[in-house]
Amino acid sequence: MSSNSLTSAGASGRTGDKVFSGFALGAGALILLVLFSVATFLVVQAAPTFVANPSEVAGGEGFWKYILPLVLGTVIAAAIALLIATPVSVGVALFISHFAPRRLAQGFGYIIDLLAAIPSVVYGAWGVAFLAPAMAPGYQWLADNAGWFPLFAGPASATGKTILTAGIVLAVMVIPIVTSLSREIFLQTPKLHEEAALALGATRWEMIRMAVFPFGRPGVVSAIMLGLGRALGETMAVALVLSSGPLIASLIRSGNQTIAAEIALNFPEATGLSLSTLIAAGLVLFVITLAVNMLARWIVGRHKEFSGAN
Amino acid sequence: MSKRIDVKDLNVYYGKFLAVEGVNINIDARSVTAFIGPSGCGKSTFLRTLNRMHEVLPGARVEGEVLLDGDNLYAQGVDPVTVRSQIGMVFQRPNPFPTMSIRDNVLAGVKLNNRRISKSDADALVEKSLQGANLWNEVKDRLNKPGSGLSGGQQQRLCIARAIAVQPDVILMDEPCSALDPISTLAVEDLINELKENYTVVIVTHNMQQAARVSDKTAFFNIAGAGKPGKLIEYADTQTIFSNPSVKATEDYVSGRFG
Ligand SMILES: Nc1ncnc2c1ncn2[C@@H]1O[C@H](COP(=O)(O)OP(=O)(O)OP(=O)(O)O)[C@@H](O)[C@H]1O
Ligand SMILES: [Mg+2]
Repeated sequence: MSSNSLTSAGASGRTGDKVFSGFALGAGALILLVLFSVATFLVVQAAPTFVANPSEVAGGEGFWKYILPLVLGTVIAAAIALLIATPVSVGVALFISHFAPRRLAQGFGYIIDLLAAIPSVVYGAWGVAFLAPAMAPGYQWLADNAGWFPLFAGPASATGKTILTAGIVLAVMVIPIVTSLSREIFLQTPKLHEEAALALGATRWEMIRMAVFPFGRPGVVSAIMLGLGRALGETMAVALVLSSGPLIASLIRSGNQTIAAEIALNFPEATGLSLSTLIAAGLVLFVITLAVNMLARWIVGRHKEFSGAN
Repeated sequence: MSKRIDVKDLNVYYGKFLAVEGVNINIDARSVTAFIGPSGCGKSTFLRTLNRMHEVLPGARVEGEVLLDGDNLYAQGVDPVTVRSQIGMVFQRPNPFPTMSIRDNVLAGVKLNNRRISKSDADALVEKSLQGANLWNEVKDRLNKPGSGLSGGQQQRLCIARAIAVQPDVILMDEPCSALDPISTLAVEDLINELKENYTVVIVTHNMQQAARVSDKTAFFNIAGAGKPGKLIEYADTQTIFSNPSVKATEDYVSGRFG
């Protein structure tokens, strides 16, 4: 049939290629489909809230007045969590990858991975039962000595169930994830570049700054974004630890609330419009997560030319 | 600036495995010394002990002495960081820092240990080092572009510029041309010839012609068999090694009648 032997010989070996590319395409399409249907569901279900009479929405002043404090509360809690978790995680990951003796590093690594698998209720329980009471005297001290600073304005919470405590609990939950991923990335630093730095007379720390950090930066940002996802979406731990209330600047008074915890607390009794409002809140959380992720991608992408990919 | 190296009874181990045994060698200042020998005979291993880079590899350790102008690198209290800032190294595969510009790559070693350098001094040093590495004319218009955007040969010369920018006493090169094309190789060889006016250069190479072209003295390493330690077989003027070696194994190796 075919006069060209090259055309006929090529076709038979390609079955594997075709199957795989079809499979990859299918998987990609499936993800998009799921995302799309979730987004559609959220928008359709949330729609009544946006068109409803403002006085009928929770809080009585319309959806945006209702959601804004929750957005800020969510951002504050997540920001506290990341501010604490990022340096700790990077430090621990570096210790495991570049400082600890091999044996110790392995054991340490396993423990961190185990911590990542603990369900969030457990962290929440630890937060109320142990951390909050332990923090209360500290908050009192802050209110007495640094109360002029708006973030530490009194009166301090006597139970310690504040947004700061919630942020710390979130940090503890996020640390294992970020540490575990960062460690994997640091371990993959090319030996070539580590040796280049050492051969110039770099100390270990200088080698890390010259070779390990630049190489690991995009990966660590991704790890932090995954951690942020967990912090933003965490319901149980925050619901347990935070004694919620209206938005306030002070981190050591009870008050503030996050979107996820608000949804979790109110969902069981929600019907009709109030259900729709909660779903709209979920939609807002979705948008925040997306925005933060895009921001992070942009930060990482700014120095593309210097990424070493070329 | 340039210093001599004297090695006394050096053994190198990886864990329990004795990789290089009983090396004695005296390397003159301001000269080029080539290490040749079959694969696996310990040339890289031995070279790395000359600036304590072997310590980066797990389990590697040495016995014996390496004297830099009489000072033992392995004496108590000697910091390997100090050793390496005086004895630079260029690797087989070009390894500029990918996230740094060409300029920052040259200055990478200079800015270590919190040393400060004024902008004008830095500019002068960058130009001088890149001139010294025969790279200045090719990159002077794109000093702020990433070093990883250069060709392989240019990257290798950038690495040499980076090594000489810290003004070391000795430069060690482990097969610096093995990833390069013939033209880049010639450029690096020319450079090595110029470097010996100011530096002590030690180069590992698999290329006999290269050893013959660039080096004043040549050391032949060999290994008796798999699992046996590598040894320094013969060390003499390059001319002697290639035309009139005193050991049969050397003659076999340099004439290609090996194994
Ligand atoms: N990191 C290491 N750990 C354990 N053994 C090693 C290590 N590096 C090298 N060796 C062993 O030491 C011996 C010498 O290796 P080396 O790399 O020094 O040889 P070489 O002469 O540089 O070879 P080539 O010409 O192929 O580069 C070999 O037997 C090798 O297997
Ligand atoms: Mg080698």
